[in-house]
Amino acid sequence: MKLLAALSGGVDSAVAAALAVEAGHEVTAVHLALSEAPAALRSGARGCCSREDARDAARVADVLGIPFYVWDLAEQFKVEVIDQFVAAYAAGQTPNPCLRCNEKIKFEAVLDRALRLGFDAVVTGHHATLADGVLSRSVDAAKDQSYVLAVLTPEQLSRTVLPLGAMTKNEVRAFARARGLGVADKADSHDICFIADGDTAGFLRSQLGDQPGPVIDALTGAVVGHHDGAYAFTVGQRRGLDLSVPAADGRPRYVLSVEPVSSTVTVGPVEALDVAQVITAPPVWSSARSLPLRCEVQLRAHGMVHGCTVTADGQGWSIALDTPARGLAPGQAAVLYDGSTVLGSATVLAAA
Amino acid sequence: MAYLDHAASTPMLPEAVAAVSAGMAEPGNASSLHRAGRRARRTVEESREAVAAALGARPSEVLFTGGGTESDNLAVKGIFWARRAADPRRTRILASAVEHHAVLDAVEWLVAHEGASVTWLEVDPLGRVHPGVLEAALGDDVAVATVMWANNEVGTVQPIAELAQVAHAAGVPLHTDAVQAVGQLPVDFAASGVDALTITGHKFGGPFGAGALLLGRDVACTPLLHGGGQERDVRSGTFDTPALAGLAVATTLATQRQPETALRLAGLRDDLVRRVFAAIPDAVYNGDPVHRLPGNAHFSFPGCEGDSLLLLLDARGIEVSTGSACSSGVARPSHVLVAMAQDEEQARSSLRFSLGHNSTVADVEALLDALPAVVERARRVPVQ
Repeated sequence: MKLLAALSGGVDSAVAAALAVEAGHEVTAVHLALSEAPAALRSGARGCCSREDARDAARVADVLGIPFYVWDLAEQFKVEVIDQFVAAYAAGQTPNPCLRCNEKIKFEAVLDRALRLGFDAVVTGHHATLADGVLSRSVDAAKDQSYVLAVLTPEQLSRTVLPLGAMTKNEVRAFARARGLGVADKADSHDICFIADGDTAGFLRSQLGDQPGPVIDALTGAVVGHHDGAYAFTVGQRRGLDLSVPAADGRPRYVLSVEPVSSTVTVGPVEALDVAQVITAPPVWSSARSLPLRCEVQLRAHGMVHGCTVTADGQGWSIALDTPARGLAPGQAAVLYDGSTVLGSATVLAAA
Repeated sequence: MAYLDHAASTPMLPEAVAAVSAGMAEPGNASSLHRAGRRARRTVEESREAVAAALGARPSEVLFTGGGTESDNLAVKGIFWARRAADPRRTRILASAVEHHAVLDAVEWLVAHEGASVTWLEVDPLGRVHPGVLEAALGDDVAVATVMWANNEVGTVQPIAELAQVAHAAGVPLHTDAVQAVGQLPVDFAASGVDALTITGHKFGGPFGAGALLLGRDVACTPLLHGGGQERDVRSGTFDTPALAGLAVATTLATQRQPETALRLAGLRDDLVRRVFAAIPDAVYNGDPVHRLPGNAHFSFPGCEGDSLLLLLDARGIEVSTGSACSSGVARPSHVLVAMAQDEEQARSSLRFSLGHNSTVADVEALLDALPAVVERARRVPVQ
């Protein structure tokens, strides 16, 4: 096949491209420039968009002997990922920008462009298994990224190659070392790539400004504190509440909800975070099933899995959890699994 | 396979390769006083004389440098500093809007760090700087003016001798980046009247990393690099004897062969242009059809992204350029095309084909064999 490999400059995408080359495919590499003003050097574990990362990606392509280009998607990334991220927080939600980036950039903009240019599919270094169009978990549970790929449609999955699903991260690194790829021991990237210093609240403040409001205790209705911006809070958060009035029962308080219009943050005891029922937006089925359905659901990246019963709720899902989930925020993704097989994904609208 | 990117770099002439190789086997620092040093020095000075003779300069006007970027920086910053030191009112720079980044970024650095101001000289839609535009911009406060001899993207050739006259009438020195001109156009330093002129070897068959600034004997220029003062105390650094030998051979041969090269390349290029229009009738030919580098053909292909065209042609063994790339390899709309009043979409849809000393009709045929299908395929990708 003619494959387009997206090289981030990290070890996973390098090994994915190498495996595609060794499998006999005709591979062309692209590095996605997602930052409008890339820094010259990488700093810390963040970011995949410095010019050093672009050079690392180019060196991988050199070693593999495949063509390499940089695609400038900074504008789409800003509109589709960064602006959406800020808008979601402003609406009191907790978005997952990596999932959004997969959905809108890697497997929409890039895949679309690749197909139009005559490629058969894209190959990426995500840790997940894709065989016969069925997406499932990586053998490396700690690195599994099937949760953030669950937004892909069957059509997108049919044009995607994920070579790393059967390898652990250690095996990926060993493979890279054995092939002489310089990125073999490069640190994993994590956190949000476009927030250079990792200070999400500070980033949101710079985008949204101060929006002061009250912190209200759910049990008493009393104002127990004040904040500079509701967007800095996420459901389930305990630290940084800075309450001026101690809770009557003396127990710790957690954020229960964030209401952006009145800029109100509601706090309460830990058990008030428990939810048993989740309502979602219309889903994307990667492996369609009929409802009602017994399966498992995962509610955040690397989060625990709950047994559940899924029924239709309008165009979306109503998910009854067997065991309560704690601290679920609107905006997160609910991903259904049957064992290790991904069934589909939907954005959480409400939880009770 | 076809290499159509000679404006980025053209293959070294075999005679230049031989000169560099031979020089690399010779010991000696050309500044040393012993026999080996004297032998190296003789090579350096004969190279200087050869470059001077080929380009209408005196040997003392040839300052060897590490290439085009260094020569441009030295001329723009060095003449700016020296002229301002002589009269502190001289803080303004005149530069054409279509300069190479080696000039543009040097000017912008002076503006950001040295209290300079800049007047960008506008170009017409063909990319030409009219002498009247320069004349209107001149004044007592101008330290230096800089206009390239020929544009690296669209190939437009500037009326350099006229511009030099206009600048001199106001007492302002003119620098020109002639990196693209040597070997393609007649370049005569003295006859052009310019005060400083940039060349670099790898654009006309010499080695990488070897260039020169031709600097008039009466033009003051503050050094960028301090040290041994090897180049008239304006540039320091141990002589790169083998590279300079190669640069000299290439300069001599490229200028000797220039008339026939230009005739042959213009013929090939005109054939290329005719066949591109026959295959893609809505292609737009950019730049000046008359005042133009003989090896340059520059098109916009409406509905295509230059990036897509480059990728698809590369996959078919055809090597071309979109014109400009920043250091992360990200293509931006060319400042040259934007200055020529093209809209951003047209600027993004452009592609440069550039021919050089070993280009053949087979290169043109290979391009035209691939181009129609490539343009048709690239049109499926929406232009951003």
